Amino acid sequence: MSLDKKTVARIAHLARIKVPEEDLEPLAGELNNILGFIEQLNEVDTDGVDPLASVVEMNMRQREDAVTDGGYPDRVLANGPETAMGFYTVPKVVE
Amino acid sequence: MTKLTDLTIAQARDGLRAKEFSAVELTDAYIAAVESSRPLNAFITETPEIARDMAKKSDARIADGSAGAMEGMPIGMKDLFCTEGTLTTAASHILDGFKPQYESTISKNLWDAGAVMLGKMNLDEFAMGSANITSYYGNVVNPWKREGDDTDLVPGGSSGGSSAAVAAHSVIAATGTDTGGSIRQPAAFTGIVGFKPTYGRCSRWGVVAFASSLDQAGPMTRDVRDSAIMLGAMAGHDPKDSTSADIAVPDFEAALTGDVKGLRIGIPKEYRMDGMPAEIEKIWDQGIAWLKDAGAEIVEVSLPHTKYALPAYYIIAPAEASSNLARYDGVRYGLREEGKDLIEMYENTRAAGFGAEVKRRVLIGTYVLSAGYYDAYYLKAQRVRSRIVDDFKKAWNSCDLLLTPATPSAAFGAGENQDDPLAMYLNDVFTVPASLAGLPGIAVPAGLDSKGLPLGLQLLGRPFDEETVLRGAHVLEQQAGFNAKPQFLA
Amino acid sequence: MANLIKGNTGDWEVVIGLEVHAQVSSKAKLFSGAATAFGAGPNEQVSLVDAAMPGMLPVINKECVRQAVRTGLAMGCAINLKSVFARKNYFYADLPQGYQISQYELPVVGEGEITIDLEDGESKQVGIERLHLEQDAGKSIHDQDPTKSYIDLNRSGVALMEIVSKPDMRSADEAAAYVTKLRSILRYIGACDGNMAEGSMRADVNISVRRPGEPLGTRAELKNINSIRFIRQAVDYEVKRQIMLIEDGGEVVQETRLFDSIKGETRSMRSKEDAHDYRYFPDPDLLPLVIESAFVEEMKGTLPELPDTKKDRFISDFGLSAYDAGVLVSERETASYYEAVAAKADPKLAANWVISELFGRLNKAGKDITDSPVSPENLGNLLSLISDNTISGKIAKEVFNEMFETGKDAKDIVEEKGLKQITDTGAIEAIVDGIIANSPGQVEQYRSGKTGLIGWFVGQVMKETQGKANPGVVNQLLKSKLEG
Repeated sequence: MSLDKKTVARIAHLARIKVPEEDLEPLAGELNNILGFIEQLNEVDTDGVDPLASVVEMNMRQREDAVTDGGYPDRVLANGPETAMGFYTVPKVVE
Repeated sequence: MTKLTDLTIAQARDGLRAKEFSAVELTDAYIAAVESSRPLNAFITETPEIARDMAKKSDARIADGSAGAMEGMPIGMKDLFCTEGTLTTAASHILDGFKPQYESTISKNLWDAGAVMLGKMNLDEFAMGSANITSYYGNVVNPWKREGDDTDLVPGGSSGGSSAAVAAHSVIAATGTDTGGSIRQPAAFTGIVGFKPTYGRCSRWGVVAFASSLDQAGPMTRDVRDSAIMLGAMAGHDPKDSTSADIAVPDFEAALTGDVKGLRIGIPKEYRMDGMPAEIEKIWDQGIAWLKDAGAEIVEVSLPHTKYALPAYYIIAPAEASSNLARYDGVRYGLREEGKDLIEMYENTRAAGFGAEVKRRVLIGTYVLSAGYYDAYYLKAQRVRSRIVDDFKKAWNSCDLLLTPATPSAAFGAGENQDDPLAMYLNDVFTVPASLAGLPGIAVPAGLDSKGLPLGLQLLGRPFDEETVLRGAHVLEQQAGFNAKPQFLA
Repeated sequence: MANLIKGNTGDWEVVIGLEVHAQVSSKAKLFSGAATAFGAGPNEQVSLVDAAMPGMLPVINKECVRQAVRTGLAMGCAINLKSVFARKNYFYADLPQGYQISQYELPVVGEGEITIDLEDGESKQVGIERLHLEQDAGKSIHDQDPTKSYIDLNRSGVALMEIVSKPDMRSADEAAAYVTKLRSILRYIGACDGNMAEGSMRADVNISVRRPGEPLGTRAELKNINSIRFIRQAVDYEVKRQIMLIEDGGEVVQETRLFDSIKGETRSMRSKEDAHDYRYFPDPDLLPLVIESAFVEEMKGTLPELPDTKKDRFISDFGLSAYDAGVLVSERETASYYEAVAAKADPKLAANWVISELFGRLNKAGKDITDSPVSPENLGNLLSLISDNTISGKIAKEVFNEMFETGKDAKDIVEEKGLKQITDTGAIEAIVDGIIANSPGQVEQYRSGKTGLIGWFVGQVMKETQGKANPGVVNQLLKSKLEG
């Protein structure tokens, strides 16, 4: 599988990273290098092998249903690049 | 009298107990060392006022007999750990000005044990790199140089600020994080000890995430004993981290018995790779001989899927990273670059905020998870990961520890390896398999290469058997008798 | 088929599937300890986890797992002993993590089926595809500033159960009946308060149309509809839109649409235009959710009698009509109120009184059955006074009004006001005789065939007894005297 410029542009948009048109081609080259390296995996026989998402061999702990957090809007907003009236603000979204 | 900054944690602990010096004196000596080592660019943020304040409190606790395990120890905190009220950057432009409203569990554990914060250590941006050349805050310089050659060398990565500062004695120890080798590889490049414990041993809460299923914090220290002491202070179950292991923390220092008689040391034959530099092979054979001399039993083992660890890692880690880094969108903290609408604001912010390597990995990660490619890449990588874990499980039937080289080379110059991202990735070839399997792994300095640069060996152990790893590392350290120091010392 | 829609070019069949998002009744959020209560100030119920601060991690709330399993069991669904949380990746202003933690390939609850009750008294099975747990997003507020949207993360991370139906519904009525039944079940078991106005329950409605017997048409998804009435309106509008579109030679586009409840129409959502590629993968911050079968058994034991079972029992034990039984079981509180009344009085009479008298008064007073001034015991007492002929049904209504106003006991009111029915035949006979004697003209007319005048005579007796005479006795006496 090999990435073309168009695919790179699509992925970049999915990842919300602006990539100037002139950078798409070289970037495709770099990414294809990495993908080429990754393709080695096809040599491995993984028939009947379950995918492993985590090495942790325990059951997930569940916490009690109690309000133990929140109630500090100032701390939540402290690092906000732009806030108003207790809200974060962003360029207007049209739904 | 030896310089205060030349003491290890264990030695400084004794000195403080014996009232030979105060925690404030120790800290002042290190604050001066931090200043004098600025050419290394190991710090992103220096925090001398905080350090003095913490040291005073340490003295008070020492006086009233309530000293902790790390009391008065001036350490560096990798700038991936969120520290309340202190700038935390992950070495990325995108976290401009970010001052967390919270303290990571690991840093809190260390402060609770009495440690003193000298500052936040430089690293590769979002811990992505093996040379500390992707930081928004500039490259870190290795205090070691080749004999007769003034070229600046890299300190390894991603915990390059931590490794350089520990090696140069500008901190007594530092925290690191290891996703594919980011503690062990820089430790090997700078002649110090770097220990990545078992996945789940140290809480990830409050650590800026790179790849959640792999990230693990650990100590970077001058010797194995310090590693045991510091890990003891860092480790422990954290109910705020669902992947944190609810397993008691043993007395790691007590594991340093100096005795490895009868211990079975596995030598994985697949780590003897084609084109492996002779010097690496030599130091590895030397390590085998040392452990054998100390009474360990050497057994050859096979980890057949070793070769595939790196390609699997370069699917899994970027995939997780592409999602973990989605939160840096200019809305709630850090950098914001305006745009005509919300989408353009996101795209401008992330284009300006992320460096080239981070972008590459986010894009690769996005691609391998995208519709139509998920099975071929991501699921395949997870299946290979399964194979790799099984390889190790089988190996533990015939050995107790595995001994391997830590890196395929000694430290290199900043310009010598970076043209090709792939060549850079190969730095982690010996460290990545254990990361995928979540195993504890330690890098111990073993000797110098022909150019006078340190080389490290790696010991890997069973899950949650850090004690055996430390015991083996301690003996290896004694046998190696490594006491060379870098050209640059604070 | 009953549900076909006539177009200009022939009949159309509507196919509807629903995804209902029900907020779990938990004190804290799914993966953080922040509160879930409705109506807090902006960002007051937000933890650092909900705001997706760097390094923050999710830890699952036990209660949300409990309620998801109970809901699954209440819908007769299979419970998956191992399920997995996955990240659904997309960028949006009110999605701080840049992904929603949801369940994708392995949801906690699998297939099942519920019965929906239709207005004609018929019922129908609707398949449940799955139920999974997921995080709610925050809220964007667009009307505060001409150029900015304001972001409130109070809802960010609140636990939702997404309940996905099979595409088994064929009309707006069926869709409405499905949501009604789902809401009833959720409220019965206490898994969700069902408060649609506060957003505790919202539905995404997938609609397509096809010629009968043809394969499925392209569907449009109507997002976030928050009332049953709106679901009806939205479906009706969307069905018409799609049929007209196709009949005019156009094509339905697969898209997300928004229902505008003010204009009563649906429109395309521009903000969701971007191609969807959610890049689901297992959340590495969490482990698989493993449930013991003993836990599932334990949860079964916590379920109350569910509306369908209760309805069947009301029909068989109390002899109620399916309609009445359906009305009485729709809310758990109503059903238990009714049962308490029926324990003291004739069950059919009780059903009539609860449905017409009590509901009517409560409605007028804007009150809920849980704060009815008339307790079920008191209503039962009142009804037994009718049954044992102490008072007539008409008097009973008067007494009931008084009870509703004052909360007094039925017997006391009857005593105080002397409303006891006169059943003493001798006393009534005397009054009847008097009236016959004083109304020769009317008696004459009656006897010459205008038997309808019996009503007038009854009225006279009631007037004199202030309505307390037993109507049966009065009728019988009058008839025998007038005809005799």
